[in-house]
Amino acid sequence: MPNYRIHKTEYIDETKRVSFKYDGKTYFGYEGDTLASALLANGIHLVGRSFKYHRPRGIVSCGAEEPNAICQIGSKKDLTEPNVRATELELYEGLEASSQNCWPNVKFDIGGINNFISPLIPAGFYYKTFMWPKSFWKKVYEPLIRLSAGLGKSPTEPDPDIYDHKHVHYDVLVIGGGVSGIISAKMAAKNNLKTLLIDDKKILGGSTIYQNNESIKIDDKLSSEWLKNEIQEIKKLSNLTIKTRTSIAAYHGYNFLLAKENLTDHLPEEKKKNKIRQRLWKIRAKKVVIATGSIERPLVFNNNDRPGILLSNSINKYLDYYGVTCGENIILFTNNDSAYETSISLHKKGIKNIIVDLRKSASSELIKQAENLGIKIYFNHVVTNTFGYRKINSLEIMKLSEDGNTTVGNKIRLSCDCLGMSGGWTPMVHMHTQSGGKLDFRDEDQVFLPKENSEDQISVGSCNGDFDLENIIDKTVNKINKFLDIDNQDYQDTNIICSKENDKRNIWLLPNKIPLGKTKCFIDFQNDSTAKDIKLALKEGFRSIEHVKRYTTTGMATDQGKLSNMHALGIIADTAGVKMGTLGTTTFRPPFTPLTFGTLVGRNVGKFFEVVRKTSMHEWHVENNAEFENVGQWKRPWYYPKNSENMHDAVQRESKAARDSAGILDASTLGKIDIQGTDASEFLNRVYTNAWSKLAIGKCRYGLMLNEDGMVYDDGVTTRISENHYLMTTTTGGAANVLSKLEDYLQTEWPELDVYLTSVTDHYSTASICGPNSKKILNKLFPNLDLSDENFPHMSFKEDKLENINCRIMRISFTGELSYEINIESKYGHSLWKMCIESGKEFNLTPYGTETMHLLRAEKGFIIVGQDTDGTMTPSDLQMDWIVSKKKYDFIGKRSLYRSDTIREDRKQLVGLLTDDPKEILEEGAQIVSDVKSKPIDMLGHVTSSYFSPNLNKSIALAVVRSGKTMKGQKLIIPMENKNINVTVSDTIFLDKENKRLNA
Amino acid sequence: MFLINCPFCGDRDQSEFSSGGEAHIVRPKQPTELSDDEWAEYLFMRKNIKGIQFERWNHVHGCRKWFNVVRDTSNDKILSVYKMGEKPPVNYK
Ligand SMILES: [Zn+2]
Repeated sequence: MPNYRIHKTEYIDETKRVSFKYDGKTYFGYEGDTLASALLANGIHLVGRSFKYHRPRGIVSCGAEEPNAICQIGSKKDLTEPNVRATELELYEGLEASSQNCWPNVKFDIGGINNFISPLIPAGFYYKTFMWPKSFWKKVYEPLIRLSAGLGKSPTEPDPDIYDHKHVHYDVLVIGGGVSGIISAKMAAKNNLKTLLIDDKKILGGSTIYQNNESIKIDDKLSSEWLKNEIQEIKKLSNLTIKTRTSIAAYHGYNFLLAKENLTDHLPEEKKKNKIRQRLWKIRAKKVVIATGSIERPLVFNNNDRPGILLSNSINKYLDYYGVTCGENIILFTNNDSAYETSISLHKKGIKNIIVDLRKSASSELIKQAENLGIKIYFNHVVTNTFGYRKINSLEIMKLSEDGNTTVGNKIRLSCDCLGMSGGWTPMVHMHTQSGGKLDFRDEDQVFLPKENSEDQISVGSCNGDFDLENIIDKTVNKINKFLDIDNQDYQDTNIICSKENDKRNIWLLPNKIPLGKTKCFIDFQNDSTAKDIKLALKEGFRSIEHVKRYTTTGMATDQGKLSNMHALGIIADTAGVKMGTLGTTTFRPPFTPLTFGTLVGRNVGKFFEVVRKTSMHEWHVENNAEFENVGQWKRPWYYPKNSENMHDAVQRESKAARDSAGILDASTLGKIDIQGTDASEFLNRVYTNAWSKLAIGKCRYGLMLNEDGMVYDDGVTTRISENHYLMTTTTGGAANVLSKLEDYLQTEWPELDVYLTSVTDHYSTASICGPNSKKILNKLFPNLDLSDENFPHMSFKEDKLENINCRIMRISFTGELSYEINIESKYGHSLWKMCIESGKEFNLTPYGTETMHLLRAEKGFIIVGQDTDGTMTPSDLQMDWIVSKKKYDFIGKRSLYRSDTIREDRKQLVGLLTDDPKEILEEGAQIVSDVKSKPIDMLGHVTSSYFSPNLNKSIALAVVRSGKTMKGQKLIIPMENKNINVTVSDTIFLDKENKRLNA
Repeated sequence: MFLINCPFCGDRDQSEFSSGGEAHIVRPKQPTELSDDEWAEYLFMRKNIKGIQFERWNHVHGCRKWFNVVRDTSNDKILSVYKMGEKPPVNYK
């Protein structure tokens, strides 16, 4: 096996050999490697196939910007993860990775045929071709695209890993642990500011940490040695927290940032177990220092995508950090000085290399150094083509014309096994723009730079366009002193010597003798878009960068165009003949690198997904076989099946028992608001449609609450407990909103009212006993309480003790039966319930759930707000005009009840429906029409509630129907999928219109 | 995610609050005297400003108090907070 690891470095532990599998084959690397460096050490460049043409592709970079080396990790159904960048994945024992998007395998790829028919796949190809014929879409095009387009596989089973969230507050957050980040963090922390420094790599130091060029020195030391000292220094600072393997996912307003910390992704399987995998940090920082650095640009020339073609600086990092050379005969193609550092480094390790430089000439310390070492440099030359199928084996260069628009002279063919390219550097302005910052364009080296405009964030270092070390350190120190309003002198006497770049020449699309249409000049490696695609889009009339991007899909892959966006912009600007800065950029959206869903949801999975509210009787319901229904966050018993009963059977039995003898309901979830104050009566007058002033102490009243627009908002019974004390009940789901609404009016419209509201929903448990035998059961529970109709009539309230415990008992009814609600402090709720059940045994007291409750109230035509209403129903629409006070001058919503729209006669109004076939049960939500033959069919309304009533032995329903009030007795039709159901409009009250049962 | 300075509790995360729309819309004292148009003006018409906006917020998962906020909708910066019943700061208009 070839070995490209050519020297030792301090970052690779050669005593710790690590075995891993790539595409099923076992290889070895060392602790400290990334998957990419380990592959390169094994001589593997080819890691995938391109998205559209299935061209062989190799590792391009050494970081987050990697477009090609995208892997599927693991093969377990619950743990496999797609789209992992091999350049960021730390190697661990037992790692299993495979290349993506290359069925059946990376070396022989059936989709590779696309490469030969590529003239047929221009920009917008998918949009244009697969439009026609329509019938081909489902059977031919879609399966074809899906088969060849997949980027990895999602896990198919729930993620077993543990994720965590953490909220933190800091004075200063520094993003990025390179030179400028380290200096910033040190200055902040030494000035007593609580500081957090984060970096996405395993160790701090950025690209300076492996810098070893003699021409770049700080205080007479190699810059890397100097920086290591600085890192030792800052580790001692007590108010500085350093988090490595942590990357910012999003920068939101108000300096609220999300960061992802990787805790176990670098550990072997057995060490990952029972540990938190990733932690999402929710950071609030008073000030943020952005020191995210810059990434190297590729160059755009024909066949610039072959395996073995990497970014020049990545070659340098693989060499000096990982000890791995990317080739033995390397060519570096550049338009700036940074490739010379790579070249000198390679030369020192004995790797043969030559430089092809776009610039006509250049002079700087680095260039002098390279020339002195005898490194061959072709100035004013351009790479025009490359060769080699699975890996580059040679290339062609030509001389550039004076204006750089064409090539001149003869082709020179050079052999090589690796090509490094450097098209300059792009500052990582993502964080700045995500925070709302704007950009400026610097023509000199064609970069977008942060425009300083806010007081709470700043960019320093190369993300701010400062590229040489002297510039970086001096400017960082000055800016941080100003930004934090401090006077730090630590770097006053720091002596920096570095090479200065003097010459620049940028050409976005390099010239070629071959017509563009016959070249493959890739811009976006991951989405396979080329310079030709961009030009075609412009030719077809696209102008906006956002449109060109979408049409060509440039910058839309998982790498979000980190390497491609600038070139796309440059080519558009050149072609359209406009200045680049005027085009703007595409939007930099979070996350910077992909996040797992697990990190985002943290611990809020399974039973922690949502808060679950249970009543104090809950355990009894569970023990007694209740099925539960979610009502808001509450778990409410839905029905209590016995033996093999289904829901229908259980509900029929429960509702029959409630009417024939006695039933009991856990009503604890109803919202309860305690209202006190000298103006409590006046307050109720203003919030309910009916009058409250005359309600006697100890009496209860049903109230309807409207929105200011006149639509029914909530309902419930309110009890006057004493002169200035009421207890209001609301619907279960509406409790929180009603309280908010009432507080709103009290605090903002009627601050003069002396009223205090307290939510007591959780403080009381409620057992509601109904049915003809309910009085007998109450008598057993409260033997001293006079239950006679004279002393304790319907809609009244008594207090009594159950043993020693106070109970509030209301005689109110939602079922139409004689009915009592017993309220007790929640801690006694379970005991109360058991005592009720015990006392009711001889009367067949039957527990019933929400479904039976709904049926019983529907028999009586009582509405459920939110089921029979939907925010468009007035009291009059509900045929409840009786509850709207004519005398009251004002209440919430009153004025809206006689707006031109609310008094329309043909509004949808609540009616009863009886099916012609009494056994036919309507579907809730079903549409109602009068004529099925007209086209389009005129929709009159819909069914809101529907049940089979065992007490009436027929199907009943409530519905809202246009002009329904006037339609009693009229025949209507419910058209269903396979039949039409005939119904007759009826009264909304189906049972006991005279309310005899209330006093039975 | 805003950091909102509740006048009663101090700086708190936006997730503790709910927004209540435009501030300083006074409920008419005598709604019955109003024409449909006048009532609709109160009921439905709200400004949608790019720039300085006065709005109501409720510290619903905190002290439950309603208060007013001056916010620049063009950059989401909260410029001032003040209690219900207080006049908006004069330097914004
Ligand atoms: Zn508060």
